[in-house]
Amino acid sequence: MSAAGAGVTAPMLEVHDLAKHFGPVIALSHGELEVRAGEIHALIGENGAGKSTLVKILAGVYQPTSGTLLLGGQPFAPRTPAEARDAGVAVIYQEPTLFPDLSVAENVFMGRMPKAGAFVSRREMRRRTSELLALLGVEIDPDRPALGMSIADQQLVEIAKAVSLDARVLVMDEPTAALSGVEVERLFAVARQLRDRGAAVVFISHRFDEIFSLCDRITVMRDGAHVATENVADTTPPEVVRQMVGRSVDTLFPRTERTPGETVLSVRGLSRAGVFADIDLDVRAGEILGVAGLVGSGRSEVVRAVFGIDRYDSGTVTMQGAALPAADPEGAMRRGLALVPEDRRKQGLHVDLSVARNIALTLRWQIGRLGLISPGAEYREAETWAAALQVKARDLDTVAGTLSGGNQQKVVLAKWLSTKPTVLIIDEPTRGIDVGTKAEVHRLLDELAGQGVAIIMISSELPEVLGMSDRVLVMHEGRVTAVLDRADADAETVMAAATGVAA
Amino acid sequence: MSQTLTPARTVPLTPSPATRWRRTLLGRDSAVVGLLIVVVIAASVLVPGFASTTTWYYLLLDVFPILLIALPMTLVIISAEIDLSVASMLGLSSVIVGSLFEAGWPLPAAAAVALVVGAVGGWFNGFLITRVGLPSLAVTIGTLALFRGIAVGILGTRAVTGFPDWAQNLVTSRIGPIPSVIFLFLVLAAIFWITLHATAVGRVTYAAGLNAEAAQFAGARVGRLKLGLFVATGVMSALAGVYWTLRYGTARGDNAVGLELSVVAAVLVGGVSIFGGRGGIVGVIAGVLVIGALRSALRLADVSSDVINVITGFLLIATVIAPGLWARFGERLRRRTT
Repeated sequence: MSAAGAGVTAPMLEVHDLAKHFGPVIALSHGELEVRAGEIHALIGENGAGKSTLVKILAGVYQPTSGTLLLGGQPFAPRTPAEARDAGVAVIYQEPTLFPDLSVAENVFMGRMPKAGAFVSRREMRRRTSELLALLGVEIDPDRPALGMSIADQQLVEIAKAVSLDARVLVMDEPTAALSGVEVERLFAVARQLRDRGAAVVFISHRFDEIFSLCDRITVMRDGAHVATENVADTTPPEVVRQMVGRSVDTLFPRTERTPGETVLSVRGLSRAGVFADIDLDVRAGEILGVAGLVGSGRSEVVRAVFGIDRYDSGTVTMQGAALPAADPEGAMRRGLALVPEDRRKQGLHVDLSVARNIALTLRWQIGRLGLISPGAEYREAETWAAALQVKARDLDTVAGTLSGGNQQKVVLAKWLSTKPTVLIIDEPTRGIDVGTKAEVHRLLDELAGQGVAIIMISSELPEVLGMSDRVLVMHEGRVTAVLDRADADAETVMAAATGVAA
Repeated sequence: MSQTLTPARTVPLTPSPATRWRRTLLGRDSAVVGLLIVVVIAASVLVPGFASTTTWYYLLLDVFPILLIALPMTLVIISAEIDLSVASMLGLSSVIVGSLFEAGWPLPAAAAVALVVGAVGGWFNGFLITRVGLPSLAVTIGTLALFRGIAVGILGTRAVTGFPDWAQNLVTSRIGPIPSVIFLFLVLAAIFWITLHATAVGRVTYAAGLNAEAAQFAGARVGRLKLGLFVATGVMSALAGVYWTLRYGTARGDNAVGLELSVVAAVLVGGVSIFGGRGGIVGVIAGVLVIGALRSALRLADVSSDVINVITGFLLIATVIAPGLWARFGERLRRRTT
């Protein structure tokens, strides 16, 4: 580090034209990032913009498909997280991963504990941990176990560990998502200290107030590529929002004429402590209500509570004029509510069961006579719905987990459409499926709305929300921040509401 | 050969009856039934006296309690839980029948009380597992000790005997060469077979065993289902206790100690996956009979009981490994034929 003193502008970390492909999926197409020693650099973008992929490459978790990385001017290509750490790159994740039964000091010095002869010198370890924590200006007992520590304190222990490793680049991946106001302030104080000591800090967050109060420069990403890097002083939140969405929502989405009818599902004041609060929501027969918001804004949690998978503390759910009982998915299902969940392989499907058994699982009470299921009836129902959705599989005995993502999604849709729902809730309808199937799913949703089904569609893809919805409900940190008619819903407005920027 | 020869159909068709038969014959249940046939033929040829109605009469009377408990245990293990308290419940049931009989109760009434206690004990297991959220392995190891403790506490080391002859004659009676209790078993087996293989309850049992979260998302009341399965296991264990008392003419607190492992072993030999989600009633019945026939044949051949235990132990391990090997073999076969 002989270049020290050559000015604080020397880039500590340089990322040029970085790309990462997973088979046909391009997670990152053109990553650019330049972080100087002694700055806090914000990295921002929608879900799926490629931030996490970039960070995982820096951390040695993924190997890039192409592109160059320079650390302190030297080529840097970590093949494992240990290599990245040894080179001086530390990543603090939203949920720290400490060993719960070990003490703070042991966690900090895990794998390289100071020795006195053949034995670990606990006193030395404790002394050095106290020093580190004092340096960061935080009061944590080095002897206490990590178990039961707040997430904020655990993050600070991770930071202490990074400092003890002489980390030159410190990446914080949405560190504030789970912190309270005081804890955020303390974390910021530590981050500023590290910056003043000459570290390069990368800060990932969705919260504009934090970025604008903490960071020096900001890099915006979109669709796996770099969009802009600017001084925070030279830009504004609305400008950043524009850069984050900055694409035209074209008319590729199918839209037959829809005539919304009566309100069939209505939610009032639904709250669950710490997860979501005061949710009001109405959906009418024959309309698609899009639900937008960032990951972690509580969208999925709300619909899970409505369907009865999760409990809620207060509020009401009314369906076709009658109250829907809480925490009773079977009751909700019999009343005509369907939920296509977010995680296809864990929640939507039984990957080890056949296509027929998956589709017929929701019909288990209806097929056959006197409660007896005959294989003939089961296959017949499954065939009808698999054909309607054009599921591609060798035959109905094919194990669902062996199908492609798109076909798995069709099986989940078949499973729920076979119940002929009045209200269909669909969480991330096209996540992880190919373009062709995506278009089919969009056509199908449009058709269902045309037939009078009320649809609530959660999506992290803004074009999908804007292209498909009749109305858009936006959530931010567990609350509804906007309900927009189709005419008023544009990318900037939705993104502003989703990030909590006052319009 | 390339994949294009078997193109994915746009409409996944219902497999033809012939295909379905072929798949059934290649399935787990068939493998265990095949094993049973092999064991029976081999024992009949090699062991003098095995192929006789007397041998089979006693063999069936001996395995009857295991058969009874294996039925609900199959559903419990398929739902990815386990119940190790069954033998203790059998002992408790036996003690209840004995004490009430001693106190002057008519036998049918005493048996009815034992069955109710079985239901309550099973409900207690199910309550701790599904409502309190404790793991079934831990809970039922606890109630294994608890039920046995209560049983021994009631009778001490005493045994109640002197049950009327008609009762013992009833449970050991035969219709033709077959013990008549086997006909009761066939009725119960039919009920469990239908429940597991042809009702919504059965569909949800498999679904819950493979992935409880996805089952919940399909509207299944997984907790209630499992609670019901533990109650059924308690009742069937208590029924086995009533049988045990009358067959051997003695009610003791230590009746059938360790039988839970015989039941679990038979269910696993019968092709049920210990991880849940796989297996069936036919395979389990065959599994119980495989172990029963093997032990009976080895005893007839004067093999020492230590060696018999070693052999059944190996059989258990082999059947746990077999499905994996079978799947790999089937995969290779398929690759060669397509």
